[in-house]
Amino acid sequence: MNLSRRALLGATGLATLPSGLIISEAQAQTAERVLRYGISMADIPLTAGQPDRGAGAYQFTGYTIYDPLVAWEMDVADRPGKLVPGLATSWEADPADRKRWTLKLREGVKFHDGSALDADAVIWNFEKVMNNQAPHFDQRQAAQVRPRLPSLASWKKLDAMTVELTTKAVDSLFPYQLLWFLVSSPAQYEKLGRSWDRFASEPSGTGPFRLARLVPRERAELVKNTAYWNPDRMPKVDRVVLVCAPDAVTRSNALLSGQVDLIETPALDMVPQLKAAGNRVVENVTPHVWNYHLSMLEGSPWRDLRLRQAANLAINRDDIVALLGGLAKPATGVVDPASPWFGNPSFKVRYDPDEARKLVQAAGFSPRNPMKTRFLIATGGSGQMLSMPMNEFIQQAWKEIGIEVEFQPVELEVLYTAWRNGAAHESMRGITANNVAYVTSDPLYALVRFFHSNQVAPVGVNWSHARDAETDKLIDQAVQSFDVAEQDRLMARVHERVVDQALLVFVVHDTNPHVLGRNVRNYTQAQHWFQDLTTLA
Amino acid sequence: MLLYLIRRILYAIPIALAVGLVCFMLVQIAPGDPINAIVPADAPQEVVEQVRRDYGLDKPLPVQFGIWLSRVVQGDLGRSLATGRPVTADLVSAIGNTLMLALAAAGIGFVMGSILGTIAAVFRGSWLDKLAVGFAAAGVSIPHYWLGMVMVVLFSVTLNWLPAMGAGPGGSGSWAWDWEHIKYLVLPAVTLSVIPMGIITRTVRGVVMELLNQDFVTTLRGKGLRRGGIALHVVKNAAPSVLAVMGLQLGYLMGGSILVETVFSWPGTGFLLNSAIFQRDLPVLQGTILVLAIFFVALNLAVDLIQTALDPRIRRA
Repeated sequence: MNLSRRALLGATGLATLPSGLIISEAQAQTAERVLRYGISMADIPLTAGQPDRGAGAYQFTGYTIYDPLVAWEMDVADRPGKLVPGLATSWEADPADRKRWTLKLREGVKFHDGSALDADAVIWNFEKVMNNQAPHFDQRQAAQVRPRLPSLASWKKLDAMTVELTTKAVDSLFPYQLLWFLVSSPAQYEKLGRSWDRFASEPSGTGPFRLARLVPRERAELVKNTAYWNPDRMPKVDRVVLVCAPDAVTRSNALLSGQVDLIETPALDMVPQLKAAGNRVVENVTPHVWNYHLSMLEGSPWRDLRLRQAANLAINRDDIVALLGGLAKPATGVVDPASPWFGNPSFKVRYDPDEARKLVQAAGFSPRNPMKTRFLIATGGSGQMLSMPMNEFIQQAWKEIGIEVEFQPVELEVLYTAWRNGAAHESMRGITANNVAYVTSDPLYALVRFFHSNQVAPVGVNWSHARDAETDKLIDQAVQSFDVAEQDRLMARVHERVVDQALLVFVVHDTNPHVLGRNVRNYTQAQHWFQDLTTLA
Repeated sequence: MLLYLIRRILYAIPIALAVGLVCFMLVQIAPGDPINAIVPADAPQEVVEQVRRDYGLDKPLPVQFGIWLSRVVQGDLGRSLATGRPVTADLVSAIGNTLMLALAAAGIGFVMGSILGTIAAVFRGSWLDKLAVGFAAAGVSIPHYWLGMVMVVLFSVTLNWLPAMGAGPGGSGSWAWDWEHIKYLVLPAVTLSVIPMGIITRTVRGVVMELLNQDFVTTLRGKGLRRGGIALHVVKNAAPSVLAVMGLQLGYLMGGSILVETVFSWPGTGFLLNSAIFQRDLPVLQGTILVLAIFFVALNLAVDLIQTALDPRIRRA
């Protein structure tokens, strides 16, 4: 006969108040604290080491299961983070040859399978994604991380806990690239019969969570790694369940019905309802800019600075933020003014329709005689926010000052292809701007790739073919400077030039809103796409 | 009969080939690049070209199609460009989930449709008939994704009776036939059932009304058969026509409803196709559509055979 504990206690007269307290305490000790997180992705990002699905996926199966050599400070919300030691305690460029970087590895770090982190493991990981002749080369992971490590030329072990990385050219910004490179366990790969498919189901990294269960396209369960090496990032909950809910309304309803405890990116028109139900909306400055990237090719009307500035001045960004339910921030540059790379541009991006009208008139156009052009825009998709309503709002504002834009809406995947091809590609005939929203998380992503002449598409994503000798010079100086303050100063000057020349039409920054249920006590949202789920409590 | 069966199975081969080819060409013609499913959007050209070579996407289209076909005949549908997982594994899991949903929706839709259609036919012109016809019209007219959302708001958010999404408390991987799991099936199945219910109602109503006017029914009445006995004869005569419509409806349901599965985050073939379409995940698209097409053909064949068994007047030669 089975007897429950309550029955036993009742029978022995122990189910009284003091005993009840004992039970509660015991339950409190054994009860697992679980948080269920409704994520906007249609599938769980790749779990084998390098996540797919972009920067936003790193918070789910990247920085949870794995660690990078150089990490990002993710536990601060009131200022931008910075590079901090990860699995490497230090990284230094050799003063004699600035292309050679020496990384000292952290002692005593173990993978989830119990094997030790050392230089051999790190070199094995570089081989895994950079050397397609390596026996353990993984095409899928390589496709994700190779584009993130454009400067890396070679790698070698110096001693048991030191590795040397060599860049193709001197590049002081190289440590930012290492944020994307995560380290997985060679021992686990061997144990699982050298199968990346099996590794994806039973991964082993050094991160604060272990993957306990994976149901592709549905959920991943992450459990606390009690042996984690970094006490500052020890998870506050025992288990985080990631639940795929790509539709924003479905996700919001799941939170309202108590099926999940927090969600990312709620349905905008449901925010008041979510708040009224006692949930908390958390948002923060995020390295993202919703913009129009204007063609600077011969024949483009946007070669006229007056029109570029007018296009910026004609937009009432506060109204767009209102359209987005308040979950966005007006953009006055590529990066937010809180960024160390913002500087002090002399052209102030603001709403000034009168000034915009004057500039358009000075350029020879008016509402009766408008400048006509065509843009390629996305119908929607990740990062594009409320694409069509925002585009139509801006189209109307421009019409009132004498700029008549016809949109060619395409799916985001199509827009990406066009973006990579650049404004000079034959498919872009008649198109003078694209509307891809940009991730702007570091100097390379925010500025270098868009504005240096050596990044002109299709080599890089300088879509517009912008060429400015002064900008090139400043960027070249920045990548040669190993003083972080100097780097920031130079990148700020680059940004000032970009804003002063109005090379983009800056519209809004995403604030990456999350909605926390009443049982979520804490979540620190960093000013980045990389987030730290260990801050959930 | 055996020859007929063999011939129908042989017919399925060119149909499958044509479906595979059309699907392959449609995805190629559509704007966009399958490479977007693999590399980050801002990958440099050099990396994009390398990955294109790695995945064989740089080869001429006929060669790509030939390689895919040669694998398919060996039972290998390839690997997803987006996830790297074998298409067959994802497809088996998705088809299982869709089959569960489709059968539940078909069960509700067919039973309700048959009942409502019969009532409407028997009580032709009465308020019961008008009500049943109204239900049928609403069933085929209301957008089911909208109905799904309304049901979620009512039964999940407001009443908190049923879950708003998902395929079980631990996902479809740990499905069990108990209430804790079945309750996840209720809302999507009811939502999906309204269209077949409307169509079956109208079909049954039309067929039964026509049969009730036939001479043999008058004869049956003249012979003194009671209402139950007459109904048995009518149902037997109506079955072949109704079955044909039900077979088609089940085929549509098996194709998965992209919208309903998305609204309920139900991990079936519709959900899989939706994600594959947006990512230009060619192997998943081709594999899924091919398997669904074969399933559709098989289902039609099964319906034909059942029709023959029910009504020997229908000859298959």
